[in-house]
Amino acid sequence: MLQPATEADLAEAVTSATGPLRVVGGGTRDIGRPVVGTALSVAGLSGIDLYEPGALTVVVRAGTPLAELESVLAAENQRLPFEPMDHRPLLGTTGAPTIGGVVAANVSGPRRVQGGACRDFLLGVRFVDGSGTVVKNGGRVMKNVTGYDLVKLMAGSWGTLGVLTELSFKVLARPEAEATLVAEGLSAKDGVAALCRALGSPFDVSGAAHVGGGRTLVRIEGLSGSVTYRAGRLADLLPGFETVEGEASAALWRDVRDVTAFAGRDGAVWRVSVKPTDGPVLSAALETAGVPHEAVFDWGGGLVWLSMGSASADTVRREVAALGGHATLVRATQAERAEVPVFQPEPAPLAAITAGLRQRFDPRGILNPGLMG
Amino acid sequence: MEMPQPRADILAKKARVVDRLLAVLPEDAVIFEEHEVRAYECDALTAYRCPPLAAVLPSSTDEVSAVLKVCHEEGVPVVPRGSGTSLAGGALPTADSVILGVARLNEVLETDYDNRFIRVQTGRTNLSVSGAVEEGDFFYAPDPSSQLACAIAGNIAMNSGGAHCLKYGVTTNNLMGVTAVLMDGTVIEIGGAHLDAGGLDLLGVICGSEGQLAVVTEATLRILRKPEGARPVLMGYDSSEVAGQVVSDIIRAGILPVAIEFMDRPCIRATEDFAHAGYPDCEALLIVEVEGSDDEIAAQLGVILQIARKYDPVAIRESQSADESARIWLGRKSAFGAMGQINDYMCLDGTIPVDKLPHVLHRIGEMSADYGLEVANVFHAGDGNMHPLILFNANQPGELEKCEALGADILRLCVEVGGCLTGEHGVGIEKRDLMGVQYAPDDLEAQMRVKDVFDPAWLLNPAKVFPLTVSAPRRAA
Repeated sequence: MLQPATEADLAEAVTSATGPLRVVGGGTRDIGRPVVGTALSVAGLSGIDLYEPGALTVVVRAGTPLAELESVLAAENQRLPFEPMDHRPLLGTTGAPTIGGVVAANVSGPRRVQGGACRDFLLGVRFVDGSGTVVKNGGRVMKNVTGYDLVKLMAGSWGTLGVLTELSFKVLARPEAEATLVAEGLSAKDGVAALCRALGSPFDVSGAAHVGGGRTLVRIEGLSGSVTYRAGRLADLLPGFETVEGEASAALWRDVRDVTAFAGRDGAVWRVSVKPTDGPVLSAALETAGVPHEAVFDWGGGLVWLSMGSASADTVRREVAALGGHATLVRATQAERAEVPVFQPEPAPLAAITAGLRQRFDPRGILNPGLMG
Repeated sequence: MEMPQPRADILAKKARVVDRLLAVLPEDAVIFEEHEVRAYECDALTAYRCPPLAAVLPSSTDEVSAVLKVCHEEGVPVVPRGSGTSLAGGALPTADSVILGVARLNEVLETDYDNRFIRVQTGRTNLSVSGAVEEGDFFYAPDPSSQLACAIAGNIAMNSGGAHCLKYGVTTNNLMGVTAVLMDGTVIEIGGAHLDAGGLDLLGVICGSEGQLAVVTEATLRILRKPEGARPVLMGYDSSEVAGQVVSDIIRAGILPVAIEFMDRPCIRATEDFAHAGYPDCEALLIVEVEGSDDEIAAQLGVILQIARKYDPVAIRESQSADESARIWLGRKSAFGAMGQINDYMCLDGTIPVDKLPHVLHRIGEMSADYGLEVANVFHAGDGNMHPLILFNANQPGELEKCEALGADILRLCVEVGGCLTGEHGVGIEKRDLMGVQYAPDDLEAQMRVKDVFDPAWLLNPAKVFPLTVSAPRRAA
């Protein structure tokens, strides 16, 4: 395994590579088509380069453990606003997630529905492309339209366009209080309808999920007086919901974030993004098509996690295509992942653009080749 | 500001190009008479003008595709144009180019309150998108100052921001999907009513690409329910250092105002003369706006005012009514108009780390004195996006060039302290030749590679964003 200690060494490692490289952060997100190649770890690039709480910005090296970054932010009462998911419970992996891995996979959690995704809070990147050239894009200020936005392009590119070395983020204050309104026993359709009502209200909902066992959750965060007020108003809007506060509320959302409902069991897990009201429609269509499954709905219904025995890729892809959206086979055996496209296949014109970008950023095709299909 | 020499072979075949455009568009959608194309000779960067070869006004994605196919086959550069409000020259044509205006693409295609999106054609103005969902008590968040006139197409091209993006983000954070046409006429669809388009984030790259990658004809935009209420508070301080400290403290206190606006003394005085908003005469004025119910607003303002009072404000004005709120915003909203009354001005757009504010304001003051040109500062303090306005007299020979030189020095300063050349206006032609200040050759090369993929012949808005000398080999190829 290669483990360079500096960006320059990493660039040198890529330049002198003679075959495919498998880019590794904390190794907790074993997702995508299996990559055969020499492991290139970014763990050696670790540490926070700059943190300005008053400017809401942090610049951090890609191999920095996520937990380390989060504790530094917490000490200033701040946090990464996009609530990155921890994939370890779902995938049964071990190790320490890195911030580079979070960005490479554009990992966001329940708060994405309100505040935005990982890519929305990423202000700047430095990376080493497939030729070993160091490239920077964006910066460390919140508004920046200078040149093309390669920051977004790098987020969610799974290390296939370049190896991330440094990242800057917009961070936000941790709220004084949080509360969750909970209802039990709603159908998926009724649960998501309630989530739509909540998200369409003026009460700044920061989490909206319908989880296993027919439990529907609506979260609000902010100054404590404000949380109390909005919880009351939402309770008027959503009859039958009870309010849970503080740590009990936070625990509910850790489970939603990490999809713990599907942890520790066998079988395939899909992650699907559709229009929120289509979430329950998709689930019903899969039942009709003879694919038994369990579903967890986050992002107001639009992020659908599906747990099923085998991947049933053709059916899942067909039903998602009928609605509009995309599906990723997040958990499956290596054999299944080698067989089935893990990421949503693109229509021809987009596939041509994607291939063109890969060719130019990684002309030798050595960075996580084939991972995204 | 230099533009490439028009290609004589293209100028020579104008009649043929026009005929081919007329073959794919209705007669009234092709503008080619010399006196008529003059209407498209510039955008809001009026110091630079050049009538295009022709202008077309397609009414559908299919027509846009047909136009681009023709131009692609003929090797004619195309300059996309929204409403022409770019302050950076993003829609400035060359004499051998065809302006592709999206003004006739202005339909609302779908409104969905349950799923909180609206799908529109991109010629629609920013404000009319919010207008279309007003009946549902929703709004579209990005709110550039030109929102009455500017088109969504231009907002996407420049990744426009506005006063309220501290809380709601800029265009890219509110754009869910697009229908777009590549230079060769290929129609592509990215994203839609779901969050986070699949695959590589092509949506994120197209947004902010200044019309160089594709012509976006339709957009799916996130809409939000309006807050119950909003109220600003105004505070004046004797020094910009102190005002900067107040901004930093507010942010650190965990309050996220929807807007924090800053004006310095020259700006306050000019707007006072113009709009009579009753602003205090002081070094630095802040307008902070928060949202929520009456009680929520009161609680947030309570925290903010506690911070504000610690720093000996010259004045504090809390709004008690809609009328008072409007008066607090009046001066800020008329700032640019006020400047236009007293002088020609050039509006810069660099962004700096918030904590560098006092230093940068101090340096701008020194530079202003050195150049003998007055600079007024008005900007979005919460996110560090500055708008220094350099006042000059366009009728005095040499003054525009002097103003541009001062502007370039100020932007270099922004980069030097860790910021960037442009926060929301875009590079266009205005900051094109400064790109090397912010980006190394390899960084620019990486960006140009993206254009190589989307537009291999470099025909779409080719003379923008990258320094001409840097893009020359690609444009000539």
